[in-house]
Parts: sequence; structure tokens; C-alpha cells
Amino acid sequence: MISTMSVKDKTLRAVKVGSSFAVAIAVWQIAAMAIGHTVLLASPVEVLVRLLGLLFEKETYSVLFYSLTRILLGFFLGLVVGSAAAVVASRFEIVKNLLFPYMITVRSVPVASFIVLALVWLEAAELSTFISFLIVLPVIYNSLLGALEAMDRVLDEMAMVFHLSLWHRMRYVWIPQIRAALLASCSTAVGLAWKSGVAAELIGLADGSIGDELYSAKLYLDTPTLFAWTVLIVAASLASEKLIVWLLRLALTKRRAHA
Amino acid sequence: MTDIVIKNLSKRYGELLVLDGFSAHFAGGKTTCVMGRSGCGKTTLLRLLLGLERADGGKITGVPARCSAVFQEDRLCPEFSAIENVRIAAPRRTGEEIRATLSALLLDGEAQEKPVSELSGGMRRRVAIARALLAEGELLLMDEPFKGLDEATRDAVLAYVKRATAGRTVILVTHDEAEAKALAAPILYLGEL
Repeated sequence: MISTMSVKDKTLRAVKVGSSFAVAIAVWQIAAMAIGHTVLLASPVEVLVRLLGLLFEKETYSVLFYSLTRILLGFFLGLVVGSAAAVVASRFEIVKNLLFPYMITVRSVPVASFIVLALVWLEAAELSTFISFLIVLPVIYNSLLGALEAMDRVLDEMAMVFHLSLWHRMRYVWIPQIRAALLASCSTAVGLAWKSGVAAELIGLADGSIGDELYSAKLYLDTPTLFAWTVLIVAASLASEKLIVWLLRLALTKRRAHA
Repeated sequence: MTDIVIKNLSKRYGELLVLDGFSAHFAGGKTTCVMGRSGCGKTTLLRLLLGLERADGGKITGVPARCSAVFQEDRLCPEFSAIENVRIAAPRRTGEEIRATLSALLLDGEAQEKPVSELSGGMRRRVAIARALLAEGELLLMDEPFKGLDEATRDAVLAYVKRATAGRTVILVTHDEAEAKALAAPILYLGEL
């Protein structure tokens, strides 16, 4: 009964969301027709046609691959460094205090300032990795640190009394308590990595990147291409977010062991 | 089995003096029950013996390197089964030993496999007891281990604990003299020393 209701609810929600998108696209189409100028606002039909065109071009996939690998490398570096820093900071107050100015700076300074500054130090091709890393780092760090600090210490005492190995402590005591926070922060961080990474490519004019394609579209006032690439960015961002969260959940969720 | 000797033990939490010059002698290989009014320092004594607290004064000798415990709360990993909870604390025990101990504590079949978060309070308490009984450690410290068990279950669990801890040094905190009687254990009244 409960599962039937759940499926029904999901279907209802999908219909509602689908209807909202249909209305939004209709409004977009009407607005484009009213303006009557593709450069100012491309219509959904024009964007769809351009998108299909892009999907049939070989180069599109090499551009996507170029940006995806660099941005996701930045994300994974941010995940690893942010997690390690959070673990150390949760154990040593001094590390937490020492890291505070860096984390607050990275979180508050506009991404454009970092991109321009990083251009002085790095090649354009490396920029999106560095910027994605920089944006992901405080998101993961703050979320994980909060979860680690909120952990139930009585289970740590239990682990100490029974001399649990580090692996058992991680698997049975720590991961179940931080999993939700880590998955939620990763979900947010992937989207941020894409946004900041593409911005870095655009400002840095990295050859063969999505940012470069956006810049060219802007240069030639090719609004349908600009929109089509934007749709591809959103799709790639959502797909990588779902995949990463799914993989992490798979890795962090308990699997039943048999005695 | 070494005796555990406590001399002039003191412990203070801020302004609150919980233990003040407490001395006692726990015979090795025997069970001793500790009783006393609430807040007299019974749990603090166990925490000091487990090394979870540092004494402000006094000396404890004879505590082995490895101890086992039933804490005042169950302290189980909620999303894992009873078997997994016991096994992480007692990795050298076989699956059969773990299952047999859980069964002896009246936890059978499905209850052994379910995540402990889905078990009743009394069932979780018995998982905590099974874990303490099977974990390595010459000294077993039990803080109100039978709390939350109905009378019939408590009697069965008590009888099993008595058999399973024969020859082991056990310090058991309780509010119920009947439990000490059932275990045929001497009682140490903490507040009255």
C-alpha cells in the first residue's frame, strides 16, 4: 500500500514538474516570437535544432570531454583535500583555527577575482581544474567538519574500549554518521564545480573547452549556439552529479555481511 | 587473575566532587556488584577503570590492557545487525559462537540479522550484553546491564551471564539487590564507604 502510494506520488510530482517546464517553454517561445530577433532571444525551437546539430558533431564530444575531465578532476581534488582537512580540523582545534581564514576567504571572494588572479600563475588549460578545486574545497570542508563535530562521541568511546581497528571505526562508527552530509555537499559541489569551471574556461579562453565555445558564440552573436551549449552544460552537470552521488552512496552504504 | 585495587581515588567534575578518596578491592576472577544511590559515582568508577576518564587523585592497579563493557547506554552501531555489532568488538569469535550467544540471550533468527535500530530496547540491551561477553578482556564492566528487560527475560539473561562470566573478573553496577543475589556476588555499597 505504502509503495503504491509512493509511486503514485512520484508520478504526480513528475507530471507537475513536467507541466511547469512545458509552461516555461511556452512562455519562452511566446517571448521569442514577440521580440522577433534571434540574437536577443533564441526560441526553444531554434535552440533545439542547434542542440541536435551539436549532438551530431564529433567535435562536441571532444569539447565536452575536455571540460568534463578538467572540471571533475578539480572536484575530486576538492573532495579529497576538503575531506582530509575536515578530518584533521575536527581532531585538532589549532588546525581548524589555522584553516579558518583560508576557508572564509575562498568562500567569500568572488570567483571572477580568483580566475583573473589564477591566470597569472597557471595556463588556461589548467585553470578550470584549479578554480573547481577552489570552489569545491570549502563546501566539502565546512559540511564534513560540521558532521564530524556533531558525531556521537559515545560511539567513539565504545570503539576505543573494544579496540576497534581504524577500518572498523570508519565503516561502522564514522561513515554512517557523516554520510548524509557528505552526499548532500557533493551534490551541491558538483554543480558549483561546473559553474565555476566553465566560467574559468571562458575568462581564460581555454582552447577546445566549453567556455571557449560559449565565447565564440558570444563573439558571433550566435544565441542559439550559446543556449544549446548551456543546455549541454546543465545536462553534463546533472549527469555527473547523479553519477558521483550514486557511486559515493554505493561505496558508503553498508552492505550486509554474513557471519 | 589479578585483583583490582583502588586507593584514595578522587574525581571531580567542575565543582561537583563525585569520588572522594574512594578505596576498594575487587577480587580477580570473581563478580562484584556495586550499588549506591544515583549520582554517587558508580558510572564514574567504571569510566575510570575503562580509562575513559582521568582521576584527579589516587591509584588504580591491576586493570588489564583489554577490558570489555556494557555501557549505561547500548552504544550499538544502529544500521548494522546484532551479529555485525558483536563481531566488530569480537573479531576472533566465529559466526556460530556469536549466533549461539545471541540465541542464549533469547535473540533468535530474524532478530540477529535486522539492523539493531529496528530492535526493541530490551533486544538492543541483550546485543550489548552479548558483545561484552564475547569481546576479549579479562575485566568485564557492566553498568546496569539488565535495565529495560522484563522479569522473565532478565532472569534468563542473568542466569546466562552468571555461567558465561565464571572465572572472569566482573564489576557490575546495579540498583537491584536481587540481581546481586542471583549472581551470588558480593555487594560493594559505594556511597557508604
